[in-house]
Amino acid sequence: MDPILLARIQFAANISFHILFPTVTIALAWVLLFFKLRFNATGQARWMDAYRFWVKVFALSFALGVVSGITMSFQFGTNWPGFMNAVGNIAGPLLAYEVLTAFFLEATFVAIMLFGMSRVPGWLHTLATLLVAVGTSMSAFWILVLNSWMHTPQGFEMRDGVAHATDWWAIIFNPSMPYRLAHMLIASGLTVAFLLAGLSAWRWLRGDRSGGVAAALRTGIVMAAVLAPTQLVVGDLHGLNTLEHQPAKIAAMEGNWETRGNVPLLLFAIPDEAARENRFEIGIPNGASLILRHSADGVVPGLNDFVGEHPPVAPVFFAFRAMVGIGSLMIGLGLAGAWLLWRRRDLPRWYLRGLVAMTFSGWVATLAGWYVTEIGRQPWLVTGVLRTAEAAGPVPAGSIGLTLAMYLVLYAGLLIAYVATLYRLARKGEYGAAGDHRAVPQPA
Amino acid sequence: MTPFLPPEVLPLVFAGLMALSVLLYVVLDGFDLGVGILLAATRAPEERDRMVSSIGPFWDANETWLVLGIGLLLVAFPTAHGVILTALYLPVALMLAGLILRGVAFEFRAKAEDPADKRRWDRLFFTGSLTAALSQGWMLGRYVLGFDAAPAALGFALLSALGVAVAYAFIGACWLVWRTEGALQRRAIAWARSGLWAVAGGIVAVSIATPLTSERIFARWFAFPNVVLLAPLPLATGALILGLHALLGHMPLPRDALRNLPFWGATSLFCLSFAGLAWSFYPYVVPDQLTVYQAAAAPESLTLILVGALIVLPVILAYTVLAWLVFGGKARELHYH
Ligand code: HDD
Ligand code: HEM
Ligand code: HEM
Repeated sequence: MDPILLARIQFAANISFHILFPTVTIALAWVLLFFKLRFNATGQARWMDAYRFWVKVFALSFALGVVSGITMSFQFGTNWPGFMNAVGNIAGPLLAYEVLTAFFLEATFVAIMLFGMSRVPGWLHTLATLLVAVGTSMSAFWILVLNSWMHTPQGFEMRDGVAHATDWWAIIFNPSMPYRLAHMLIASGLTVAFLLAGLSAWRWLRGDRSGGVAAALRTGIVMAAVLAPTQLVVGDLHGLNTLEHQPAKIAAMEGNWETRGNVPLLLFAIPDEAARENRFEIGIPNGASLILRHSADGVVPGLNDFVGEHPPVAPVFFAFRAMVGIGSLMIGLGLAGAWLLWRRRDLPRWYLRGLVAMTFSGWVATLAGWYVTEIGRQPWLVTGVLRTAEAAGPVPAGSIGLTLAMYLVLYAGLLIAYVATLYRLARKGEYGAAGDHRAVPQPA
Repeated sequence: MTPFLPPEVLPLVFAGLMALSVLLYVVLDGFDLGVGILLAATRAPEERDRMVSSIGPFWDANETWLVLGIGLLLVAFPTAHGVILTALYLPVALMLAGLILRGVAFEFRAKAEDPADKRRWDRLFFTGSLTAALSQGWMLGRYVLGFDAAPAALGFALLSALGVAVAYAFIGACWLVWRTEGALQRRAIAWARSGLWAVAGGIVAVSIATPLTSERIFARWFAFPNVVLLAPLPLATGALILGLHALLGHMPLPRDALRNLPFWGATSLFCLSFAGLAWSFYPYVVPDQLTVYQAAAAPESLTLILVGALIVLPVILAYTVLAWLVFGGKARELHYH
């Protein structure tokens, strides 16, 4: 097989595996801080019960995030040596700042957060929890600055095929950075909201009505109710930003071939790139024009303006629908739950089952979103500056294939072990009823 | 950012920073990979638990020095980074698989209910640690000889792989001498004693093999006056090995005195060996191919990183010391609360 294609698949597989865990840890760190602060303020055992259970989930996710992240830090060099040669002067400092300001902070204080509760004063433990939360969010900030710069580069000049920074402010605050950062942080919040709610609903349905379960369940529902609608607004703004800077990506997301007005919002279609048309279209008339241009006859860019220069249409098109579809379900469930809680109703079984079904939906939506963004950038690695094919290295296809197979086997095994461990922890009744402190099995 | 250091100094400063993080990595992750390798030396579940909990709070931060080292290579010497990582593609992947297994085994073994499950994760813990150590040693051997693929060079890499694994097990044993007590501590002392001689043999073998396989390195060491000026290095190494041997022979001392001395002795041994290697390489970042000057990135970008590093590194140092204080003393069971 083509080594470039293999290298792309390998990079995509590695980062897809990696992002699953940061998505959990970024927001879960803040949720744990919240549990801890509630406990400090109220002294109620349920908050500490919730903390004790979810800190285990955090520790496991964090470990998986770290080891897959170490792999990522080698992936640039092994898979895209041309990337660093061409834009290393910009990517380098951003990555270095991530390591210096975020990774060491997280890695050191996570030890105090996880193992130090009985060794340090309470305030220092709470501070460590805060610093871990800050660290994970800061690392998201730096890596998303780099990623956003790759989508909407500015603040540099090319000399002999190598990018040199001219304005760091412009590089960091590049046009898509605020949207991408906000959208990703909320995505993490939603992923954790449904993980909290889903796993707690599962326990609730199995008869564990303890205070810790209820606290986590409520926290998840409230987070979902607040964050899901916000995500819709932020996503919409993100799309408008992309329309301005990467019109070919928008054309692929909308499955729109001709630049024109009155473009429908396609709910379903099968884009056919060979024939350059869609089959089985079902759409809302003028929908896309209304969303993107705020008028029924607003002109939406079409793929035929970018022949040979636009991304593969079908993956972007379908991934976008998967993300928005899950986002809509999240809005529905979040608002329904908030209403039920507000009216002080018991949560009905159908609703709890719905939450259980959505436990890992955040992962799916997050991956789908990243596929929209990253595949939508093709054929560019850095928009308008560097093509993906130009960045590939001289590694033979055989070696890439071999290591790819190794990573896939490893990741499949770890993913199964991770999910199985979450359910096993939940089944064991780790929460204990408030007051009834069943011995929590200690990690060695 | 406008460079405030002359452009010819900057690459050297970065080579120094990179060497420092690699050295810190080798010592720090060296001891916890070593403890992972030593897991195979005992079957008692309580001893394994204690060994693992002695490194539990440290491994993540220790591993971060690898990220910084590879990151500095990436940002300061992008050309070299590409050359090195593509030449070492397969061992890098193997090392990563090892580090992945080791890192996740920590968490999974702690959450395993069934003792058989736990034993399975322990096996992966050991396999991961050993794989990572062997691949790092293999890469070092390949790197020292400038990725020469002749059979003799590959034999050298094999020797280096074993040497690094043994050295890690040795410093791991010294760590356990410091951090454990009772029967486990006595076994750790025995491991350290036999490990010391294996390490000494490895150092001698590598010191003989390197100059023999590379003329450039031979000239660096044995031309006059270098041979005189450098003499303290091997002499200090020899003295240190003898001192450690004597110390370990008398341990444990009453009231557990000097319990941390073997670990610091092992650290000094690592530093001396590292200094010897660094002297062999300088000024190359890819031996015999690229010097640090040829491979360096743009001065403005390097200056920006340097400023950040100078501000942040002392802070990192401060909270690392805090963590070492919090988790000082003998390994206890680790609790999440
Ligand atoms: C939006 C968030 C995000 C994204 C897109 C990435 N990461 Fe990540 N990464 C994190 C958020 C994160 C984190 C939240 O900070 C992690 C996850 C869990 C953890 O321990 O820290 C982390 C861990 C982590 C580590 C281990 C740090 C340690 O030792 O503690 C490394 C080396 C990387 N990442 C490197 C990368 C690279 C090279 C990426 C891109 C190609 C990347 N990450 C994408
Ligand atoms: C975190 C979630 C991310 C996911 C799931 C993701 C996913 C992907 C996918 C699927 C591709 C392959 C696209 C294709 O070849 O068609 C890709 C490519 C790439 N992405 Fe990302 N990405 C993520 C974040 C990032 C970040 C944060 C960076 C850099 C800062 C980055 C840099 C790259 C590079 C260098 C490539 C390789 C070249 C290419 O194929 O375009 N990605 N990513
Ligand atoms: C509900 C409506 C949503 C809309 C309108 C929306 C919109 C968008 C758009 C337009 C992009 C592409 C950005 C680009 O051009 O590169 C994107 C990317 C992304 N989406 Fe969504 N999104 C929605 C919901 C969600 C949900 C529920 C999640 C996850 C829980 C999510 C996670 C992501 C992620 C991780 C990315 C890639 C990172 C980025 O570019 O920000 N989105 N979204």
